[in-house]
Amino acid sequence: MAVPGATTLSDETAGRVPPALRGILPVLIAVPVVVLADVLLNTSPFATYLLSVVGVNIILAVSLNIVNGMTGQFSIGHAGFMAVGAYIAGVTSLELKEVALSFLPVAASDQVLFTVALLAGGVAAALCGFLVGLPSLRLRGDYLAIVTLGFGEIIRVVVQNTEAFGRALGLSGIPQYSSVAMVYFWVFLVVLVARRIAGSSHGRSLWAIREDEVAAEAMGVDTTGYKVRAFVISSFFAGIAGGLFAHFVPIINPGSFTFVKSMEIVVMVVLGGLGSSTGAIVAAIFLTLLPEGLRSLFGALGAGGSLAQKVDQIRMPVYGILLVVLMLARPQGLFGTKELWDVLPRWLPRKKKGMS
Amino acid sequence: MSQLLQHLINGLAAGTIYALVALGYTMVYGVLKLINFAHGDVMMVGVYMGYATAFALGRQAQRSLWGVVVIFAVAMVGCALLGFLIERFAYRPLREKPRLTALITAIGISFALSYGFQLDVGFLPGASPRAFPEVIVPSEWFIVGDRDVVVWNWQVISFLIAVGLMAALQFLVYRTRFGKAMRAVSFDHRTAALMGIPTDRIIALTFMLSSALAAGAGLLYAIKDTSVSPLMGLYVGLKAFVAAVIGGIGNVPGAVVGALLLGLVEEFVVGYAASTWRDAVAFGFLILVLLVKPGGLFGRVAAEKV
Repeated sequence: MAVPGATTLSDETAGRVPPALRGILPVLIAVPVVVLADVLLNTSPFATYLLSVVGVNIILAVSLNIVNGMTGQFSIGHAGFMAVGAYIAGVTSLELKEVALSFLPVAASDQVLFTVALLAGGVAAALCGFLVGLPSLRLRGDYLAIVTLGFGEIIRVVVQNTEAFGRALGLSGIPQYSSVAMVYFWVFLVVLVARRIAGSSHGRSLWAIREDEVAAEAMGVDTTGYKVRAFVISSFFAGIAGGLFAHFVPIINPGSFTFVKSMEIVVMVVLGGLGSSTGAIVAAIFLTLLPEGLRSLFGALGAGGSLAQKVDQIRMPVYGILLVVLMLARPQGLFGTKELWDVLPRWLPRKKKGMS
Repeated sequence: MSQLLQHLINGLAAGTIYALVALGYTMVYGVLKLINFAHGDVMMVGVYMGYATAFALGRQAQRSLWGVVVIFAVAMVGCALLGFLIERFAYRPLREKPRLTALITAIGISFALSYGFQLDVGFLPGASPRAFPEVIVPSEWFIVGDRDVVVWNWQVISFLIAVGLMAALQFLVYRTRFGKAMRAVSFDHRTAALMGIPTDRIIALTFMLSSALAAGAGLLYAIKDTSVSPLMGLYVGLKAFVAAVIGGIGNVPGAVVGALLLGLVEEFVVGYAASTWRDAVAFGFLILVLLVKPGGLFGRVAAEKV
C-alpha cells in the first residue's frame, strides 16, 4: 500500500511542491517506506510471500490497465508475457548463479545480477509483445483478445517442448533473490509509469483511441503506433512481474501461467475500473487477499482441506460471473476512469484539481 | 503416398467438424459484429447434454439409429435454448453499449461455463475428462492395401452429417425468408429494423441456430476423440475461431474453407513434425494470416463507418 499512497501524495501536493522536486518526490517517499517494510517483515516468511504475491499482481494489473483500460484494447493473454519474463529471467539467473561481481559485496552483486535477469525477462516479454501486437493491433480490438489468448497457448507449448525451460516439470533451483523491497520498487515504478503516461500527450492519444478510434485517426493520431507502444510497455512490466515471481517461488512451471492467471488479471482490471490505476491496485490487493483469507478462515474453522480447496475451484467460475454482472450493472468498474483520490473524501485541502 | 492420403482423409474429417463450429462464429459475427467467445463452451455444454442422454438411453439404445438421432436432437435443442438465454440476458442488454462491454461479457460467460463445469457439485461433471460412449461402433469401412489407408465409418458418417448440416445452412441463409432477413440484419441492422424486420427475433434465432450447429459439431468431435471434458470447448472453439478468421470472418463459405485448411495443416504437422506442437500451429497460422492478409482469405477489411 505504501507506494500508491506515495504517488497519491505527490499528486495531492502537486500545486505546492517546487517543480524541481516533483519528479523525484515519489521516490523520496516510497524508498524509505518500502525499505522499512522489508526490514519489519523479515521475520515472517508467509507475510513476505503474501506481500510479494500482492505486489506481483499489482504490477500485472496496473500494466494490463495501460492496454485494456487506457487504450481500450482487450488483451487476455497477460500471463503469457509473465511466463516469458519468468522463464527468461529464471534461466538467466540460473546461468549467472556462479558468477559474482568481485568488486561488490556478495549481496549487492546478487541484486545486480537479479536486476540484469529481470531486465532480460522484461525485454524479452516486450519483444514478444511487439511481435504479437503488431499484426493484431492493426485490426479491430477483438482480434487482440484472440491472438493474445493464442499467444499464451503458444508459450505453453514452446515451454513444454524446450529442454532448457524444463519442459512440463518446470524450472527449479532459481536463486531466491527477490525481496519485498525489490517487488515494491517495481510496483512503484509501474505505477509511476502508468500515471505519467495517463497525464502525458501520449496518454491523451491513448484515451482518444479508447473513446473513438476512427475519430482519433482522423485527428492525426497514429493509432497503430500508439497501441503497439502501449502494448509493449505493458508486456515489459508483465515480464518484470514474471521475473520477480520466478525469484520467490520454489518452482515455476507452465501451470503457473495459464489462461486462469490471465483471467485473474483481467478481472482485477475490470473490477477496479478500466482506466483507473489505483482501481487496479485496490482490486489486485482485494482479489489476492480474499481467497487467502477465505482459505485461512476455512482452515481455522477446522472445515478440513476440502472446503479450503473448494475456494480455489469456485474462484474461477465466480470470476466469470463477476465479469458478466459487472458489465450488466456497472460496466465502468468500481472507479471508472477515476483514481482513488477522486472518489474518497478529501482530507487534504488542495488548490487545484489533479489530473484524472 | 498412401501415408499422404491417410493424412488427407484425417485432416478433412477434422476440418469438417471445425467448419461447423466456425460457421457459428461467423454467423453471429455477421449479425452482431461480436466475437461470441462463449461459442466453444456452449458446444461443450451440448456435448455433456448428449453424454447424459446417451447414459439415460442405456448401452443398447444409444447405438441404434434412433438412439443417435435422439442424442443429437436433445443436445442441439438444449444448446439452442442455452444460446437463446445467453443472447437474451447477457448480450441483448448490451447491444447499444460500447463493443468492449459485450466482448468482456462473452469472455466472462466462456470462463463461467468452462470452469463452472469443472466443479463437481450437483449435476456438474467435475474437471477430469470422461469417456464418451461409442454411439457409433467404430469399424473400418474402406481399406487400401495392407492397411495403408484406413477410412473409419465414423469419419464417413461425421463427414456426411457435417456436409448435410452445412447444406441445410446454405439453403436456410440464401433461399428462405429468414435467411434473407438475417442477411439484411447483417448488412445494416438499423435499416433492417426500419424495413419491418424483427431484428431482435432474427438475432435470437441466429444465436439458436449457431448454438445448435455447435452442439452437433461437438458431438461429432466427442465421437472422434471418444472423450469429453470441460475444457474441450475452449480448445475446439479457439481453433474454429482461427478457421473463421482465416476464411474471413463473417463469410460463410470462407469459414468452411478455412476450417478444412486448418484441419489439414494440423494433421500434417502431427503426421510429419511433432504432435506436441499441434496446439501451437493454429495460432501461429492465425498470426501469419493476420500479418499477410488481415481480412482473411475471402474477407475484405471494411473501412469502419462513423
